[in-house]
Amino acid sequence: MQTPEVEEREPKELIPDPGPSSILGPGHTYNSVTQRIAGVVFLPWKRTPKKWMVGAFIAFCFVNLLMLAMGYLFLRGIGIWGVNIPIGWGFAIINFVWWIGIGHAGTLISAVFFLLKQDWRTSINRFSEAMTLFAVACAGMFPILHLGRPWLAYWLFPYPNSMWLWPQPRSPLEWDVFAVSTYGTVSLVFWYVGLIPDLASLRDSANKLWIQRFYGILSLGWRGSAIHWHRYQKAYLLLAGLSTPLVLSVHTIVSFDFAISILPGWHTTIFPPYFVAGAIYSGFAMVLTLIIPLRAWYNLRDLITLRHIEAAAKVMLGTGLIVAYGYSMEAFFSWYSGDKYESFMYWNRMTGPYGFTYALLILCNIALPQALWSRRVRHNIVLVWILSIIINIGMWLERFVIVVTSLHRDFLPSSWGIYIPTKWDWATYAGTLGFFMFLIFLFVRWLPSISIFEVREVVHHEEVSMEPAVEGKI
Amino acid sequence: MSHELTLSEIPAIHGAMGEFETPEALRAACQRAYAEGYRRMDAYAPMPVAGLAEAIGFRKNKVALAVLIGGICGASGGYGLLCWITIIAYPHNVGGRPLHSWPAYIPITFECMILLAALTALVSMLAMNGLPKPYHPVFNVPAFDRASIDKFFLCIESTDPKFETEDTLAFLRDLGATEVSVVPA
Repeated sequence: MQTPEVEEREPKELIPDPGPSSILGPGHTYNSVTQRIAGVVFLPWKRTPKKWMVGAFIAFCFVNLLMLAMGYLFLRGIGIWGVNIPIGWGFAIINFVWWIGIGHAGTLISAVFFLLKQDWRTSINRFSEAMTLFAVACAGMFPILHLGRPWLAYWLFPYPNSMWLWPQPRSPLEWDVFAVSTYGTVSLVFWYVGLIPDLASLRDSANKLWIQRFYGILSLGWRGSAIHWHRYQKAYLLLAGLSTPLVLSVHTIVSFDFAISILPGWHTTIFPPYFVAGAIYSGFAMVLTLIIPLRAWYNLRDLITLRHIEAAAKVMLGTGLIVAYGYSMEAFFSWYSGDKYESFMYWNRMTGPYGFTYALLILCNIALPQALWSRRVRHNIVLVWILSIIINIGMWLERFVIVVTSLHRDFLPSSWGIYIPTKWDWATYAGTLGFFMFLIFLFVRWLPSISIFEVREVVHHEEVSMEPAVEGKI
Repeated sequence: MSHELTLSEIPAIHGAMGEFETPEALRAACQRAYAEGYRRMDAYAPMPVAGLAEAIGFRKNKVALAVLIGGICGASGGYGLLCWITIIAYPHNVGGRPLHSWPAYIPITFECMILLAALTALVSMLAMNGLPKPYHPVFNVPAFDRASIDKFFLCIESTDPKFETEDTLAFLRDLGATEVSVVPA
């Protein structure tokens, strides 16, 4: 095995950000980008950043909390949560919608921006796809945990059974089963297809036999043949083309869970577009929340530059405005409809017992993100990071407001209720956050978190000078 | 690898391989090799290179056709499943509405179409490429480690009628290859 120039793997000094105009730092070659990105994976355990160790440990503790919360749930049933009639949906559905929305940014970055030939997607698409996958894993857990008898979750799928029972395919909840499972599968396929050539790069850069074998098996023996690349690109393009309508359909179907019902606050036609925009909004917020520390910890500022951060911030600003339009139309139509229940619902949403959540929602999702209009704010990485967290919280509050305030005032005042999440609600939610973060930590450690071959294409495109020939004696 | 294999030591030859520095050099070499009459060859690059597959005479990419068929099967299969469930296996009379309630079938039909098309894209791409394939003769060339990093290779295979080991190696050198080598099978 040839050993590539290892010194390029771990730059000693802090690499500066090349600024908002370039997607790649200066002086990069095919080899240098390979070694830099593979270097994150091949970093010896002893030199793994302390922050990674601490972060992974904390996340792992929360994974255990999730196991505990799930174990107790299986033992006692969903009575341990705060849900009851009339608020039957609670945290489980709030978190389901929140997580699946976060996933959507990954598909948008990898598929839609691929079709639109946005060059800045290249260094963040792999990471966002991983984020999608892990977010969908967290999302998928919640409806199953909410079933009451989670061990019978397979009843959701149509299969011939001795009970002669079939699921009801006219129900949006059954549409959800197909949408989310398809989304999870297709996201996995898309992510893995993107990884294959990079796994081959890792195989060929490995300095230990077992590491070489590990990545060799995962790379399926990829050898970079021109004909393989041709079919590969066609498959990748088609997967992008399939994922684009898929991502729109998934959150549309999630919004159908609400919109197809006849409940005031849910039964509106604006839900599908405004849910999709909200999903992208929260997803980009999560991308920024994660990549800003990542690029600092692993010294990747010349690969994930201010250009990426600013572009993501602009997408947040744009989708945030669509979401704001959604809120105002909801409010307008509940008044304009003249329907007693509709207008009461919205008035109660703003001023009722949960009014503070609505006020916080407007603050987090609409008021504060307007700061992103300013270039100075967009170029201030700490501020963008804080705003991304605020938007994550805001989008979670949005789902809380939609689920809880619409349910808690039933048509009959005698059926009114209040939902207070219990410690098990919070434990499950915090547990999935830990699970998500733990998977992200593992991903960054074991797989190339930036698409190496696509960055090589950027290097080629920018015609950065090739490094001098290396002596390869045969 | 320190030991240099001589031609007589190699029991069987897969082909002759030349190493190039840039994608442009590789593409030009492929075009010239094709013009020279070589047909059984393959080019290797660490990233997709526009026009490279065409340069070595690759014409028929059938992935799109496979995905189309996969999508059609997925959509018709999904729709058929829903018809089977709601009309034959478990009919529900909901206020006298028709059992064949096609508007409610659209979301699941759509998802089944995407699911099968995407899986077909993965499987057909791998199957047509002959992957997974853990062993391939080109990996016998030590420098080929860099085919996935920063070097570009052209391999003219010994099954080509025009292949003559010494001549082909000389031809590759003539094409501007920085290194040439024999690929043991």
